[in-house]
Amino acid sequence: MTETAKFDLVVVGGGPGGYVSAIRAAQLGLKTAVVERDLLGGICLNWGCIPTKALLRSAEVWHLIRHAEAYGFKVEGAKIDLPKIVERSRKVAGQLNSGVKSLMKKHKITVFYGHATLAGAGKLNVAKDGQAVAELSAKHIILATGARARSLPGLEPDGKLVWTYKEAMVPQALPKSLLVVGSGAIGIEFASFYRTLGVEVTVVEVMDRVLPVEDEEISALAKKAFEKQGMKIHLATTVTKLDRGADSVTATLKDKAGKEQSITVDRVILAVGIVGNVENIGLEKTKARVEKTHVVVDEYSRTAEPGLYAIGDLTGPPWLAHKAMHEGVVCVEKIAGQKDVHPMDTGNIPGCTYCMPQVASVGLTEAAAKAKGHAVKVGRFPFIGNGKAIALGEPEGLVKTVFDAKTGELLGAHMIGAEVTELIQGYVIARTLESTEAELMHTVFPHPTLSEMMHESVLDAYGRTLHF
Amino acid sequence: MPTEILMPALSPTMTEGKLSKWLVKEGDAVKAGQVIAEIETDKASMEFEAADEGKVGKILVAAGTENVAVNAPIAVLLGEGESASSIKAAPAAPVAAKAEAPKADAPKAEAPKPAAAVASGDRVMASPLAKRIARDAGLDLKNVAGSGPHGRIVKVDVEAALAKGPVAKAAAPLAAAAAPAAPGAVQIFDPHADVPLTSMRKTIARRLTDSKRDIPHYYLTIDCELDALLALRQQLNSKAGEGVKLSVNDFIIRASALALRKMPEVNAGWAGDRIVQFTNVDISIAVAIEAGLITPIIRKADTKGLATISSDMRELGQKAKAGKLKPEEYQGGGFSISNLGMFGIKHFTAVINPPQACILAVGAGEQRPVVKDGALAIANVMTCTMSCDHRVVDGALGARWLKVFKGFIEDPLTMML
Repeated sequence: MTETAKFDLVVVGGGPGGYVSAIRAAQLGLKTAVVERDLLGGICLNWGCIPTKALLRSAEVWHLIRHAEAYGFKVEGAKIDLPKIVERSRKVAGQLNSGVKSLMKKHKITVFYGHATLAGAGKLNVAKDGQAVAELSAKHIILATGARARSLPGLEPDGKLVWTYKEAMVPQALPKSLLVVGSGAIGIEFASFYRTLGVEVTVVEVMDRVLPVEDEEISALAKKAFEKQGMKIHLATTVTKLDRGADSVTATLKDKAGKEQSITVDRVILAVGIVGNVENIGLEKTKARVEKTHVVVDEYSRTAEPGLYAIGDLTGPPWLAHKAMHEGVVCVEKIAGQKDVHPMDTGNIPGCTYCMPQVASVGLTEAAAKAKGHAVKVGRFPFIGNGKAIALGEPEGLVKTVFDAKTGELLGAHMIGAEVTELIQGYVIARTLESTEAELMHTVFPHPTLSEMMHESVLDAYGRTLHF
Repeated sequence: MPTEILMPALSPTMTEGKLSKWLVKEGDAVKAGQVIAEIETDKASMEFEAADEGKVGKILVAAGTENVAVNAPIAVLLGEGESASSIKAAPAAPVAAKAEAPKADAPKAEAPKPAAAVASGDRVMASPLAKRIARDAGLDLKNVAGSGPHGRIVKVDVEAALAKGPVAKAAAPLAAAAAPAAPGAVQIFDPHADVPLTSMRKTIARRLTDSKRDIPHYYLTIDCELDALLALRQQLNSKAGEGVKLSVNDFIIRASALALRKMPEVNAGWAGDRIVQFTNVDISIAVAIEAGLITPIIRKADTKGLATISSDMRELGQKAKAGKLKPEEYQGGGFSISNLGMFGIKHFTAVINPPQACILAVGAGEQRPVVKDGALAIANVMTCTMSCDHRVVDGALGARWLKVFKGFIEDPLTMML
């Protein structure tokens, strides 16, 4: 039987953007529902950010075991138990998925499981396995349907030999060799995971550096670190062909000069970007504009269709859960008529990559700052000069800061090294509060911590570094 | 909770003032509305009334103290049941004020204390970056609207304010205030006596420096024959009742008012991001007083007859000389007249009184040789020079206005209509 129900707000998609929007809406007294076609928590929680962090943690533990002697331990007979690693990762995802379920319950948010389709102004049909589940009407509808891996012609994943993130996350056995196509965050995290577990990893990147959105200096340091770990990296190179064998793939690589070479690997992971899930949700019947694979929205996530909003990956890069969550909160507060609502500052969204070494950044790269016409002051502080980093046995890495020479505005911060993903928020707060170098210099950083490098990097930009 | 009584801002341009006299003492009960002190503003001496009732718990700033920053606590008022002991450590009065308690030998130390020029009381919510960019650009954040959370002023707000151009700064009276009013003291080696600056002198220095520096002045001079006007004046004065004596200046005010009504583009001012055309014809008249200069206003002068203008002017002049003008009597105005004819000045140029666009400098009416119908003749002639803000009033517009003005002066019956 089809259920009919009326809501103030229906959120389509229960990923981080969607469920957070729903919680905020419920807090503000809106009668709220979420429609989810698979699992609450979305890709991020079930097949993305979270389970990969669990995998990478296992890889880190393995790394420590292999270097245990340096810390005073003799470890013998250590073995990789891959099923256990995957099981742990799935358990972590499962635990958080039930966490989101209980959050929905706590906030009295109705969850409909099924596929939602827009059916005229303020109307949604929900169907599961071809069966109508519910007809919903809502004053406001937020689309948060997310995105999926992009596939390139001729390089389509097959799930067996050519993987996307989804298969890469639940390997039954470790391949001996692996080709990772794309060196963005997703590609490089898998490359890092498999390489640390001993797989021969080759990375192919079409741009001329790894992690192409990061500061050039950081990209270079990352490449050096990966190569030291034994990764093979081909820059400015594309994969033109994948010949699939019985249990291996022969890939044809073509470099900038047009020179081709082929390599044979057990498995291939495709990580060449993602596309928004704009199809089959009835968008074409609305005034909402779709550009390429993204829904066009304004700074409060409004589409051109009154009462229809879109947030998160569906609206384009950066494809980051924290961007989606923040957009969702702003969108809902605007809907609820809250005062003092401010659009998200898109220039202030941090990016984190959890490879080894970790990479984190916020704001403008040095090159982008110069291209925008800023005279810059650049500060650098290496991990080797930091007591805590030495004590941790993590002496490699860099904290780089970019200031506007005239105003002292912190234009950007770029870090590579242990735990930098946990550190970057300090600079994000500084930027949100529009701190200048003066406030950062006046801040007391605890000793001994890695965070002291953040202080030192600022001091260095003004020729005042203390420990290097 | 004891209430702090704060130094009032009695005019928009006032940043500090002299607490000339206390009319109550510690322990006195005061009623709301009771005059408790006399404050010398940058323009005049004012009575200061209590806003609440209570008992004067403590006087924080002694009578005679100069340079008391606006919004600085000057006394503490105790409510019912509160005792003086409930006043915690006396809230600090501005340092400048304390240091300069009324001592005869004070003036030497007085010169450069620019900090006191800016009101210290209310905190401006702004990001460090916004503050720095504003400081470097000389922009006062008090005149910037904040768009951040809770109205916090952030970088984009300052950039938007600066994008409006240098005039935005000029439109910000307090911003411009600090710099020229308290320049680095100049060292003088020749024998001299130091004359301390009064509040009014500082305001004159500041406003006129700002005006002459920031406003693109240009000057238009025209001669007006007065014979018809003098004849009419004599006629009217002879017929007018007791106490009415029209001056040439009253005619000039009336003629200006009518010309402004006819040409509202001149009854205008520069407001940084726009030009404002004033609704009423309010004419500021420069009046010399002992302490300096003040410009009381004939409001809606175009609606007033000569007799009313004359009596208004007499009253305002007397009040000005006595230092008793109320703020609403000298704040505002859309056009100024400065007349130095009584000193025999033939011609001069005046400094524009911002945000107004024009000021008319009136010289002496005197007999001069003129050429009429190809022959020399004698006429009473007065030279008038209008200083115009070129951003608001272009040359042709100013010239047309003077022509209209001259028309009224030379054919004064037309201004009786």
